[in-house]
Amino acid sequence: MMIRDLAQETFLAITANKTRTSLTMLGIVIGIGSVIAMISIGQGAQKSIESSIESIGSNLLMVMPGSTRSGGISAGRGNAKTLTLSDAEAISKLSKIKAVSPELSSRYQITAKNQNTNTQVVGVLPEYATVRSVSIDLGSFIKNKDSASRVAVLAPTTRDDLFGTSTNPVGQKISINKISFTVIGVTKSKGSSGFSNQDDSVFIPLKTAQLYLSGSKYLSTISVQVEDQESMSMVQENITELLLNQHKISDSTKADFQIVNQSDVAETASSVTGTFTSLLAAIAGISLLVGGIGIMNMMLTTVTERTREIGLRKSIGAKRRDISQQFLAEAIALTFLGGLLGVLFGWIASLIIAKFANTATSVSGFSILLAFGVSAGIGIIFGYYPAQRAARLNPIDALRYE
Amino acid sequence: MIKLQAINKIYQLGDNQVQVLKDVSLHIKKGEFVAITGPSGSGKSTIMHIIGALDTPTSGSYLLDGQAVSDLSDDELADIRKDKIGFVFQSFNLLSRSTVLRNVMLPLIYDEVPGGERIRMAEKALRSAGLPEDRWNHLSNQLSGGQMQRVAIARALVNNPSIILADEPTGNLDSKTGQIVLETFRRLNKEKGHTIILITHEIDVAKQADRIIYIKDGQIVDNL
Repeated sequence: MMIRDLAQETFLAITANKTRTSLTMLGIVIGIGSVIAMISIGQGAQKSIESSIESIGSNLLMVMPGSTRSGGISAGRGNAKTLTLSDAEAISKLSKIKAVSPELSSRYQITAKNQNTNTQVVGVLPEYATVRSVSIDLGSFIKNKDSASRVAVLAPTTRDDLFGTSTNPVGQKISINKISFTVIGVTKSKGSSGFSNQDDSVFIPLKTAQLYLSGSKYLSTISVQVEDQESMSMVQENITELLLNQHKISDSTKADFQIVNQSDVAETASSVTGTFTSLLAAIAGISLLVGGIGIMNMMLTTVTERTREIGLRKSIGAKRRDISQQFLAEAIALTFLGGLLGVLFGWIASLIIAKFANTATSVSGFSILLAFGVSAGIGIIFGYYPAQRAARLNPIDALRYE
Repeated sequence: MIKLQAINKIYQLGDNQVQVLKDVSLHIKKGEFVAITGPSGSGKSTIMHIIGALDTPTSGSYLLDGQAVSDLSDDELADIRKDKIGFVFQSFNLLSRSTVLRNVMLPLIYDEVPGGERIRMAEKALRSAGLPEDRWNHLSNQLSGGQMQRVAIARALVNNPSIILADEPTGNLDSKTGQIVLETFRRLNKEKGHTIILITHEIDVAKQADRIIYIKDGQIVDNL
């Protein structure tokens, strides 16, 4: 049988009973549509997590103090006072390092005129802007000349809380922990990183923080920006070795610091969202399976209904292959059309979800290809048995069938 | 042209063996108009199935145009049916939602005949079968019984088969239309030289053929 004839036979067969065809196809439409929509939610979540991890900075290693122990009682990680500026300087001399930003952060009560808020105050060097990819909206960021002066740069949310939305507070006074500071700039919004709002903080020079606020020489974090992704683990090992030396610790399990690798965090996050996406897709896949069974049911009914026609076709010279091709083509046409409508339906659904549920969604070329592949595959799998049944009919019995 | 030699056909029904044809030998020459008749259950349908390459005998040989048909595979039998045999059935077996032309062209799609050639062949067959031209684009379920049977005859003719096998072609028609269909067969036989084998249980219908083969209990009892 020629392809053109096969197409024509298929068209005539699926348009013969339009109600049944469309109801059967609806199963596939819903199945494929929900797979597309679910994957789009998963991938949207993945993308937004990835982009917020990236917004912290790229190729970052964060060196943080370990936990303090006194008599076996741990005060929790990050509380030890072990990291100093000389550690940061030593790290910056290692190879493959782009920038090092020592930081000291703590929460304080901040007041400006009659408004007040409690937020994170970070003591930083100018390098912080590069390492954490902070860009400035108004005024300027902390500069080297600011060294120990009482100047502050506000992140947008803090500015909104203290001075009102979209105001320019440059030159105004605020007080942190009752010490007066002059506002010299406002940073651009970076959005929330999923765990903390990066837009709610105040930046002051590191030395100022050590002198006026904490009163000690210790740091809370050293952020290290590595030159490229590939050297991250190498640099991480080098830093570990260096700090163990600096702190005179011989047993690496007793290290008084810890290093968090940004790509590890990103990997963990994407593996979590990956699992989440697969789970959603699997649930949606069940409806696709049900749709496929619907196709098989309809095809079996069709074969029974058209038994005499099959007998006739065989008597005028159709081979087994001609008959099985015809019914298989019908099943594939149904699932393929269903898949096409399903992709459309899923796409629209994902747009609606994005709009009303305020969740990022993302329909990728991959998920569309997957949907088409799966729907055509379902046509073959669930169409095969009915097609074989039709092809194996004995023409004599088929012609006699009432 | 058709040579059946010592044909036996045994069906296995559970534990019982039913011998439907017993040692049937038969010759039909090219251009003959033959009727095979007999009471129901006599085995005439089985003979038709074997001649029509829808079934194979349990033993014995069947030569069609010198080719042995008795032990071919399903697909080879399909080729024989496609090239050499045209069937006309009691209940017409037309595709009801398709036009007359499409019904007549149906065998040609399995022969992979190109489109333009198909229409030409179908029109020729419809003219031979005597269906008025204004009916050619009707859907087949809009036709009368006699017209439907002529469409079926045209479909049987379209491939220029060696034999036309008609299985109770008048069974679903009133006697007047039945007569028109029989006259169509007669005309095709006389004018175009088609070999026609008519299977019927009605002796009046059988009498219109040139030769009557009478079958009873799986054996040929009379060959006039």
